[in-house]
Amino acid sequence: MNELQLLALLPFIVLATASIVVILLIAFRQSHTVIQVVGFLMMCMVVFATWYVKDTLPQAIPPLFVVDGQGALFTGMIIFSVLAIGLFSYIYFEDREENPKEYYILLFLGTLGAAILTISQHFISLFIGLELLSVSLYALIAYLRNRNNAVEAGMKYLVLAALTSAFLLFGMALIYMETGNMEFAVIAKKITTTSPTLFIMGLGIMLVAIGFKLALVPFHLWAADVYQGAPSPVTAFIGTVSKIGVFAVLLRFAQTIQLQHYPLAISIFSAIAIASMITGNVLALRQQKLKRLLAYSSIAHFGYLLVAFMPGNSAGTEAAIFYLLAYSITLLSAFGVIILLSTGQGDAEDLSLYQGLIWKRPVVATVLSVALFSLAGIPLTAGFLAKFFVLAAGVQQHMWLPLIVLVVTSVIGLYYYLRIISTMFAAPLPTLASPKTLHPFFYISTYAALIIMTGLLTWLGVFPGIILQGIKTFLLLH
Amino acid sequence: MILIWMIGILLAGGILCWLAAQWFPVLAKWIALLTVIADMALACTFFVVYKTFPHSDNSWFIDYQVNWIPSLGISLHLALDGLSIVLLLLTFFLGILAVLCSWNEIKEKTGFYFFNLLWTLAGISGVFVAMDLFLFYFCWEIMLVPMYFLIIIWGDTNRRYAAYKFFIFTQAGSLFLLLAILALYFIHGQQTNNYTFDYFSLLKTVLEPTTEKWIMLGFLIAFVIKLPMIPFHNWLPDAHSEAPTAGSLILAGLLLKTGAYGILRFVLPMFPEAAASIAWWAMLLGVIGIVYGALLAFAQTDLKRLIAYTSVSHMGFVLVGIFSFNEIAMQGVVMQILTHGISTGALFVMAGMLKERLHTRDITKMGGLWTSMPAMGGVAILFTMASSGLPLLGNFIAEFFILLGTFNINTTLSVIASVGLVLSALYSLRMMQQVFMGQPATTTTVKDISARELIIMVALSISIVALGLYPQPVMDTVQHLSFTIHPLLHE
Repeated sequence: MNELQLLALLPFIVLATASIVVILLIAFRQSHTVIQVVGFLMMCMVVFATWYVKDTLPQAIPPLFVVDGQGALFTGMIIFSVLAIGLFSYIYFEDREENPKEYYILLFLGTLGAAILTISQHFISLFIGLELLSVSLYALIAYLRNRNNAVEAGMKYLVLAALTSAFLLFGMALIYMETGNMEFAVIAKKITTTSPTLFIMGLGIMLVAIGFKLALVPFHLWAADVYQGAPSPVTAFIGTVSKIGVFAVLLRFAQTIQLQHYPLAISIFSAIAIASMITGNVLALRQQKLKRLLAYSSIAHFGYLLVAFMPGNSAGTEAAIFYLLAYSITLLSAFGVIILLSTGQGDAEDLSLYQGLIWKRPVVATVLSVALFSLAGIPLTAGFLAKFFVLAAGVQQHMWLPLIVLVVTSVIGLYYYLRIISTMFAAPLPTLASPKTLHPFFYISTYAALIIMTGLLTWLGVFPGIILQGIKTFLLLH
Repeated sequence: MILIWMIGILLAGGILCWLAAQWFPVLAKWIALLTVIADMALACTFFVVYKTFPHSDNSWFIDYQVNWIPSLGISLHLALDGLSIVLLLLTFFLGILAVLCSWNEIKEKTGFYFFNLLWTLAGISGVFVAMDLFLFYFCWEIMLVPMYFLIIIWGDTNRRYAAYKFFIFTQAGSLFLLLAILALYFIHGQQTNNYTFDYFSLLKTVLEPTTEKWIMLGFLIAFVIKLPMIPFHNWLPDAHSEAPTAGSLILAGLLLKTGAYGILRFVLPMFPEAAASIAWWAMLLGVIGIVYGALLAFAQTDLKRLIAYTSVSHMGFVLVGIFSFNEIAMQGVVMQILTHGISTGALFVMAGMLKERLHTRDITKMGGLWTSMPAMGGVAILFTMASSGLPLLGNFIAEFFILLGTFNINTTLSVIASVGLVLSALYSLRMMQQVFMGQPATTTTVKDISARELIIMVALSISIVALGLYPQPVMDTVQHLSFTIHPLLHE
């Protein structure tokens, strides 16, 4: 490994250091505030490191990694999500009795796993990244172990994730058997010469693990329970960081082996996409708990995302990245609101808690409304343009069936987003005064973060030009 | 540039209302009023300045274009022609009245109310001048969300149901519109290698008949849901009856018109053959709408629902007129758009005033109101007569032109459509009798209209009579309309 390659890995090294630094900090000084601030600074350092090495990209580090523009984009999205999640975690865990220090170690390890996924080009690095992510998540989901739902959710995730990891390994083994190699590029080269029966089988079996992590139908059964049972910042982590990482590796794999040339694989993917869009939206209709509702909505949204993923062209990739970006910001602002409204007794899940919110806490309610409009894909928000780009990518490839399903299910989806919004705009229930804020500084910064994210959503929804240009430039670095 | 200002004033005014109301709630309505009046002045200036066409072969007065998202060929392209001017005049005229009639009705959250009102108006005026299909879609959606809030926050008892229904129906149509726009965009891009959403470029797209038909249907479905055409009219009675007065006024007077505008502006010029091929069916559904709307209006006991169904009936005339592809009928259509906006708007305002006084919309609980409010009764007679198409009033001209134009195209359908006029007399008279004649239902005295309400009613009355007596200025302004649709006439 030469100097440049080492430099390209710098952000990931910093990220790995972050968890070690937190471990050391816990040994010396057990203060939540200190850990929080140091963690925040470490994440900022990762961002600076990414910026610093930007000009040396792309850099292949054979055989495991390739740090290119696409990887940098996804890593950037992951780090920004973690920045927000870390900030939200402070007020969330301060309100609760559990000791939150180890939480940050796990959080950063999980982030590292997701970041590794974005740059892996080999089955081994894929597996290591995925396991790092999963193992951290087992503990993170059940972190508030005194709550019933938490342990149940953790167990559910553990059993299913372990099972799907086995599937993943089996699929890898089949592909290895067919091609004799585990590097994406080499597999792609080998596969053109042989008939790919085993390969397609292996792909299908690997899809179980990928589908599980992205919560695609029919591998979505864990989603609602885990979303509900996990602490809200962890749910936000599952919804954004974990899914971005897995989608990044799926995208890279599909690009390398040129998945769009395998009609069978494409039909499987479109079936999954259609099933996800329908199931997610229909199951969300009657949900009364906000976190469960967001779980089903995320199933639907990753169905939409697959529509952009399937064409396998650059328009599709750009659409998918823009979609993920818009979706992460939206989801993070929604979870930010949930966390702000949560109290030590429990998360703000019940829709009745949100009744008349706009008249009681206008800022929070506005943030949530914008987020929900963005999820529903209404203009002036990033969600609309994201959906627009996905539709454009689909129309370009004449994928009419998934597109029609997308349109019809979006209309169904409108109903439950509007339900929350109309609850917020209804006349308020006479309730107790809002609880006093314990940590003014962190409350203010959480508010600021939420307002910035809402601003970003509207800005992206009106002037996406700069971001689109940025995505294009980064994608050229490969 | 002036067109951007026009929309920008409304948007800024809306935000200003919201902010101002935090400290001085009274200020909000004045800001809203001044904002709309400023735009009305602007629209009047257009009307006066652009009397004649700049060139014989160009019907556009203003054509303004700047890049918005250049990488996708999206631009802020706004243009103004006679049709747009007429519709903008209607928009701001009804906009002023909408602000006036919510003057005392809205007591809480006034700032947010006027914000929504002005943003809906901004979206509507954007729709009437956008010449970039992406921008058009954008404005098309922008007018939806504030309207939804108007219904759900300030609406009546059943407002949640009505608001959902309104939003979901229109959004379903719009998403198909979006798909159709995208399909057109890529077909045009592949043909010319120029990927753009520009209306004038997309007009030149050459389409295969089947593709053309599908894309046309995608456009049409969005527009006929808004119009509304049977069987997509379902959202309308609920939304109209549950919305606050100004909301009903804007819904009936303006939002429905965007559907008609969309068909005139996009469906006919872009897909002439496909539109011609479904013309008979569209006319048939239009005629069914006329008769069905009138019959249902006759059966209603809820005053606002009754008026809402008359809209279904009147919009049937618009559909028949548009798909007759006849020059006279087209002029009738534009007249109908204007006069229906005014007359139905007036009826909704009146229903709102009655509701404010009697706290009911049920006409069986009204009756004999003439004795206590003769002035309102007089105005009510005028507008029920207008609604049933009596000569001297604008609606007569409109419906007469449409029937005249359609007669040679399809005699049977136009004969059935004229039956609708008889039916309209039926429901109008029933409404009049139930509300103002007969035995007084309440013993308490009801206040007659106040000065502010009188201003609204006088403005509406003058305009409907003026349009009935001298419709020529409107005809002059939109005479190029036949020019837009000219290729069709020689099919």
